[in-house]
Amino acid sequence: MADELAVEAVGLRKSYGGVHALAGVDLRVPAGSRCAVLGPNGAGKTTTVRILATLTRPDAGHARVAGCDIARDQHRLRRRISLTGQFTGLDAQQTGAENLRMVARLSGLARGQARRRTAELLELFGLEQAAGRRVGTYSGGMRRRVDLAAALVAEPSVIFLDEPATGLDLPSRLALWQVITELGGSGVTTVLTTQYLEEADRLADQIVVIDAGQVVAEGSPAELKQQVAGQRLELTLTSRAAFDDVARAAAWVGVLEADPGRLLVSVATDGDAAHVRHLLDALDPQRVAVERFAVRGATLDDVFLALTGHLPEQAGTAGPGIQHGSNDQKEAIGV
Amino acid sequence: MSDTAIAIPAPRTARRSPALASLPVMTARCVRLTRRNLDALITALVLPILLMLMFVYLFGGAIATGTSYVQYVVPGVVLLCAGFGAANTAVSVCQDMTGGIIDRFRSLDVPGQALLAGHVIASIVRNAASTVLVFGVALLIGFRPHASPLAWAAAAGILLLFVLAISSLAAVAGLLATSAEAASGFVFAVMFLPYPSSTFVPIQTMPAWLQGFARDQPVTPVVESLRGLLLGTPVGANPWHAVAWCGGILAGTAVLSGVLFRRRTA
Repeated sequence: MADELAVEAVGLRKSYGGVHALAGVDLRVPAGSRCAVLGPNGAGKTTTVRILATLTRPDAGHARVAGCDIARDQHRLRRRISLTGQFTGLDAQQTGAENLRMVARLSGLARGQARRRTAELLELFGLEQAAGRRVGTYSGGMRRRVDLAAALVAEPSVIFLDEPATGLDLPSRLALWQVITELGGSGVTTVLTTQYLEEADRLADQIVVIDAGQVVAEGSPAELKQQVAGQRLELTLTSRAAFDDVARAAAWVGVLEADPGRLLVSVATDGDAAHVRHLLDALDPQRVAVERFAVRGATLDDVFLALTGHLPEQAGTAGPGIQHGSNDQKEAIGV
Repeated sequence: MSDTAIAIPAPRTARRSPALASLPVMTARCVRLTRRNLDALITALVLPILLMLMFVYLFGGAIATGTSYVQYVVPGVVLLCAGFGAANTAVSVCQDMTGGIIDRFRSLDVPGQALLAGHVIASIVRNAASTVLVFGVALLIGFRPHASPLAWAAAAGILLLFVLAISSLAAVAGLLATSAEAASGFVFAVMFLPYPSSTFVPIQTMPAWLQGFARDQPVTPVVESLRGLLLGTPVGANPWHAVAWCGGILAGTAVLSGVLFRRRTA
């Protein structure tokens, strides 16, 4: 039923000066769910979210968000959603409380209501101590939290979060994930973008993988993992020569990952003992090349590799690092 | 029919027109940001006073204007203040447009006019403060206005119109600039305009080829109007020229800013 979808987009296209940012994106997000739009830098994630939040007009395609058409019903739509972009939408020279009160007033709350709502949110996000300090003095994690609080001021029914954890250190990221997870309980629909598989896995109950402006896969994290292979067999090899031999042999069965530095080769398996035994024999007939093996559940990296033919950027280097402004954001602002 | 049972506020239904509702909030924001931007505030307040002291005490002795130089130059310094104050508007607008906050405002459905008007009104508040300060110091160093209350009101009106026009122009510069540095280049242009005008020296003393430009640029009728109104000398058609110039700039910038804002946020 159409009214159970918080987001329904069909054939969204957008190009910037001949570059196709989006080449026909379809998206269906059930109300109350959490959807992660996952893709590498420049895949079109930010453009998608900006179009859905009515900040960018698509060249083609149409979409309904929170029951409103993005082209015809912009003003009503904006009152039902909130967008937290990659760049902090706060005034560094105002305090956290002042920023929130401003957003509350702009959302149409009266002065007293705005003050009460601000106090509520500061408490909810554990920001009472910092409320009177200027946002410019906050840490990255605190700034993100205020930003998120600002997005919740007017109790929107759909929340867009564009790369919420980008640039945060691990404790801040975990704290932010906690908050986002709790949002789900209140019936809010969350659409977030990320280039980190771990983040999508942790936060979303539906993942849409996009690459080069197109949806290449969608489903629950579990479904996506199944789509590739149930399990992966991870082989640690004895030497560089053994690594080369096994990597060559494994090309026949499909290499999920080959890391000469760690002398590690991963191949797909269903986890069945007979299959694992067969693989070991086939890849290492002399029984000298493999030092250790492990069978693991497929990671989203595997999914990504299988679907797009390449790993998402920075997937190898443990999660969100310091990174400013993805390409699609620049495209969206430029020209 | 009691509304006391409503526990949760229903903010979204009680909205007025978004432009009207958001303007006071946006203005309050810009005024607050101005107060906290100490560097810019000091520049806007102190620099015009330093310039006034410089002209009166360093150059003034060598410039023959027919009256004491402090009488001649103060109206022009007031106008110069407006330029400094407005330059800040260009930088602030540019910062808003290039930072993350513009997305926040747009997703809150704040109209572009409200955002820009907030900056322009803050500029007027800033200029009111610096004008009062400049007049205060001017009185201390010997400026003696001879103006009826009506002339004061007329002078204030023309100055207000000028500040409004130049701040709107600054807002347009802020929309055009892609970086705060580029936006602050607006200061240079604005600072230059009063020199080839009757702000600091009488136009008759300039080379003939420059006199035409000096007479027919917006600063001259504004400064001549202020001078005449404050000192009680004839103003001729200058106030009308001033109003026409400022009105024209305002109308032009109003259209241009709308177009530019839409283009920047497309």
